[in-house]
Amino acid sequence: MTITAPLSSAEHAAYLAQQTPVLTATNVSVTYEVKPPVEAVKHVSLTLNRGEILGLAGESGCGKTTLAYGLNRLLKPPALLTSGSVTFHDESGEDIDVVALGDKQLRAFRWDKVSMVFQGAMNSLNPVISIRAQLHDIFTTHRPAMSRKEKEERSAELLQLVGVDPNRLGSFAHELSGGMRQRVMIAMALALSPQVMIMDEPTTALDVVVQRGILREIMRLRERFNFAVVFITHDLPLLLEISDRIAVMRAGEIVELDTAENILNAPQHEYTKKLLGSFPSLFGERGDFVRTGITETEVGK
Amino acid sequence: MKFYVRRITFYLVTLWAAISLNFFIPKLMPGNPADIFRENLLRQGGEITPAMEQTIQLLFGSPDDSLWEQYTRYWSNLLQWDLGVSTTKYPTPVTELLAEALPWTLVLVGTATVIAFVLGVGLGAWAGWKRGTWVDSLIPGSALLQSIPYFWLALVLVAVFSVNLGWFPIIGGYSAREFRAGPEMSWAFVSNAAFHAILPAATIVISSVGGWLIGMRNMMVATLSEDYVTTAEAKGLKPSRVFLTYATRNASLPSLAGFTITLGFVVAGSIVMEQVFSYPGIGKLMITAVTQKDFALMQGVFLVITLTVLAANFVMDIFYGLIDPRARQNV
Amino acid sequence: MSDIDLTPSAGADVGSPATEAARPTLSGPPQRGGVKAFLPRLTGKLAVGLFLTIGISLFAIIAPYVTQDPRNYDSDRFLPPSGAHLLGTNNLGADVLAQLAEGAAGSLMVGLVTGGIAIFLSLVFGIIAGYIGGWTDEVLSLITSIMLVIPGLPLIIVIAAYLESRSLIVIAIILGLTSWAGPAIVLRTQARSLRNRDYVAAARVAGERPHRIILVEILPNLLPLLAAQFLGAFIAAILAEAGLSFLGLGPSGSLTWGVMLNQAMAHNAFQVGAWWWFVPPGLLIALFGCGLSLINFSIDEIINPKLRNAPAAVKSVRKARKAGAEVASSATPKEA
Repeated sequence: MTITAPLSSAEHAAYLAQQTPVLTATNVSVTYEVKPPVEAVKHVSLTLNRGEILGLAGESGCGKTTLAYGLNRLLKPPALLTSGSVTFHDESGEDIDVVALGDKQLRAFRWDKVSMVFQGAMNSLNPVISIRAQLHDIFTTHRPAMSRKEKEERSAELLQLVGVDPNRLGSFAHELSGGMRQRVMIAMALALSPQVMIMDEPTTALDVVVQRGILREIMRLRERFNFAVVFITHDLPLLLEISDRIAVMRAGEIVELDTAENILNAPQHEYTKKLLGSFPSLFGERGDFVRTGITETEVGK
Repeated sequence: MKFYVRRITFYLVTLWAAISLNFFIPKLMPGNPADIFRENLLRQGGEITPAMEQTIQLLFGSPDDSLWEQYTRYWSNLLQWDLGVSTTKYPTPVTELLAEALPWTLVLVGTATVIAFVLGVGLGAWAGWKRGTWVDSLIPGSALLQSIPYFWLALVLVAVFSVNLGWFPIIGGYSAREFRAGPEMSWAFVSNAAFHAILPAATIVISSVGGWLIGMRNMMVATLSEDYVTTAEAKGLKPSRVFLTYATRNASLPSLAGFTITLGFVVAGSIVMEQVFSYPGIGKLMITAVTQKDFALMQGVFLVITLTVLAANFVMDIFYGLIDPRARQNV
Repeated sequence: MSDIDLTPSAGADVGSPATEAARPTLSGPPQRGGVKAFLPRLTGKLAVGLFLTIGISLFAIIAPYVTQDPRNYDSDRFLPPSGAHLLGTNNLGADVLAQLAEGAAGSLMVGLVTGGIAIFLSLVFGIIAGYIGGWTDEVLSLITSIMLVIPGLPLIIVIAAYLESRSLIVIAIILGLTSWAGPAIVLRTQARSLRNRDYVAAARVAGERPHRIILVEILPNLLPLLAAQFLGAFIAAILAEAGLSFLGLGPSGSLTWGVMLNQAMAHNAFQVGAWWWFVPPGLLIALFGCGLSLINFSIDEIINPKLRNAPAAVKSVRKARKAGAEVASSATPKEA
């Protein structure tokens, strides 16, 4: 199989030259071991830079979620990482080979370096234990030295950060609205001050107004804590607004990787153009188009 | 709070329904149970004493009274804990026989049910966790265990371990030879009784563990693909924490909710099982009552079984409320 | 496990749903009309289940015509198995195999009738309550819950004790009347969720009558569940009848496996070691129940595809790992 590099531009290369990478994925392939096996991610190489927002766009089923899970070795059967390497460049200067980590090291790596916010706002929280217990779980695992009081204080602080009343610590998932649940998930993702946060359609299940609020929160927090974000969505206009760079994925391959500006103004790949064309209200100034509430792409139908 | 109020109301209504059922069943049956009762008594060489006549009226009502009068008298007697006298053990009051037999069954069936539940749910959770491995081959075996009639298993256990190997006593709840005066509060007696309880308890555990196991395993498989389990793994939690607090705790909810149905099977099985072992419990008492047509005793036993099952379900409901916060709120 | 629900479409390049499988797949939308979708795939478990169930059913149907007269008492008593009596004779000299055959017919008959009654009642109490909702639901649900909590067999024993004579059918009816509550609760939950589906709402708006909606729109979707509940009631009924007969409260004048066991117990088959008399009926009950449970297990896998897909996925990944498909890593095979 020939590996074709994604379409890109000189501006993109120039942009990259100024950045320091935090996560490098090289030649990553993920296969679904069904009959016959399906290669969901095909030899993808991707670099995430410190503090940037990298958008990962593409329609449902193009492999973007699978790729993201692969970066954190979270793949569940029948998915299997069949090739590639993932390297995490820690702040300390140490490089971590994520693929080579043993079970224990992998657990220590997860959430501490790379945390995640999942799509299923409804389902990502354990329904039978309190928000407090789920936050404390993180500290008990990764910061065993923390006292109960410290955990409690930190948990309250985290909720405050995402705009949730700290009194809600004792609440259970079903007592929170969809938007609040997702805020709590973001608070959890912030808990250990990770350097990378992978967000898998974090706002898809929410209505437009709530979506806006959450996005604003994410942008604010990122500016404050300077973590890098991999933002996965099928909603290209949304990405154009928030990302520094955008990777357009199709059928397991990144077909175009460029700065958000270039993707909007000078898309090169047919598929990118098609994706852009499917959002009629798109052509205004970047950042101030009126969101119409379209949540499903009609591309490919 | 609303949860508990609603549950308590439900159990009160059910209690009323069960007691009323107990009252109406004899009335709804073809033939005249009172006459059958008298005939049986005379045939067994008994005589209708005033106490006996009172029991008959208590059970079947005096023919001169209206149904309503009979029903209210039935209730007032019940509230004074008067269930009539037994004909098989004349003139022992039914309540006395029940009080003697109940502890045996409670301890035996209670302990065995808890063991079976913990074992079945534990093994099922483990089998679900290990899905797709050799552990899946536990399923056909569990399906077989689930379908073995309790009494048949009891008979086979007796035939093998008591008759052939001579490891365990064949019948009874304690050695009547060693303790001629009947049950006593001594270490020797308790250990003797525990020894006698091994085979009966094994019967209950073996026959009911398969049902818990299969149900739990399937729920576990479904739960493991829930988002919150993925979240827990992404958080880097220890497998033991993911297994217990995230997967098992959620997966066990349906097993707990289905406790009522399974408990029904256990109670049914135990009644028949006690017959095999001549175990001095409630089941044996019921069978004696049924074969001797001692209707007063039979109705008393039914009442006690129902009350006990209600109580067990109530405890389970409270427990369920404790581990599922949603149950406490959305009633 | 020849094929898997996550069937990757040939056009994987258009973005097949398979690639989304990293997140949990919900058991898809209800398939209407597609009878095939309701048929379980033949797995080892299902094959064993069908073999046991069909084999024993055939035995119950055919064997009574082939075997000796189960009420011929001319042979010697307690004969061990031999050429003349494949399963020996009982305390009266009757052929055990012949009794087993007639008992099979009796036991299965009770199971079938009871299962039918229980499912009919659970449909009435479950689906009507779930579909109509409101006060009807409150009342029907309360009755169901009460029936569920009141222990079944003791109630049956009490009723049976009052009946002077009990035919096979009477026993089956009593069992049916006392065993519908469990299935009803399951069906009610399902009917309630189906009621809110779009196509049911559409049918309601279009002015279809409730009974038509229940029959045409709701029932077909509940078929796998109904089948599972029926089989469950079937097993429970056979076990309950056996218990009842064992206590001497079984059908008067008929033979069932329970009645055989009752006689074996009463006439010391266990003490004299006449295993050929007491082992076969119990074993057949267990095997038949096991067969039905295994079929039920396969039906569960249709109702909830995760049950089949998740273990199959673990297996295929393990196989692929063994074949060296995974990228070289020092990591030990990870717990999923």
